[in-house]
Amino acid sequence: MIIARILGTVVSTQKDERLTGKKLLIVRPINVDGSDTTGYVVAVDTVGAGFHERVLVVAGSSARLAQGMKDVPVDAAIVGVIDTVNVVQN
Amino acid sequence: MFLLMQRSSASSTLLTWSRIKMQLARVIGTVVATVKNDSLDGRKLLIVQTLDRNLEPSGKPMVAVDAIGAGVGELVFWCRGKEASFPFKREDTPTDCTIIGIVDSEQHVTR
Repeated sequence: MIIARILGTVVSTQKDERLTGKKLLIVRPINVDGSDTTGYVVAVDTVGAGFHERVLVVAGSSARLAQGMKDVPVDAAIVGVIDTVNVVQN
Repeated sequence: MFLLMQRSSASSTLLTWSRIKMQLARVIGTVVATVKNDSLDGRKLLIVQTLDRNLEPSGKPMVAVDAIGAGVGELVFWCRGKEASFPFKREDTPTDCTIIGIVDSEQHVTR
């Protein structure tokens, strides 16, 4: 799983019918210290995340295993909204 | 051309092996997420830093689900991909990165 920040939304009318009602968000992977990296991913939201929130993104076939995502054609899903990240560096 | 093919085949082999991820990592932190997919309820989320063969950090840290009760500072091994959900209820746990073992100590890593 990666930590990402929500950058924006995607609106799509013509899509696979199994994606109907699913919110699509643009997320940017971030480092554990909160700094941005490059690139972005379009991910399906399963938790009701909002703008600029830090979220957990599952990629690959595991994204389908989230509740409500069975047989949905996705390979990136937002599965959690992050409250805190604690990193202990030696 | 042959050389080129050889090189590309070697690099694709390398690529394949780099995709197969059952690696050593150090647990460097924790993640708290109250709002999460119901299928992740009760799972502990840890930040792991992947290590190279000399146990030096290499690559970016990732968030992993804990399957065995690891703690911060411990040396662990972990797997990626769909297999990461196998320690749990296989069809219901959305994880692509899971800690599946704790290495007893660094002395037990023979190089």
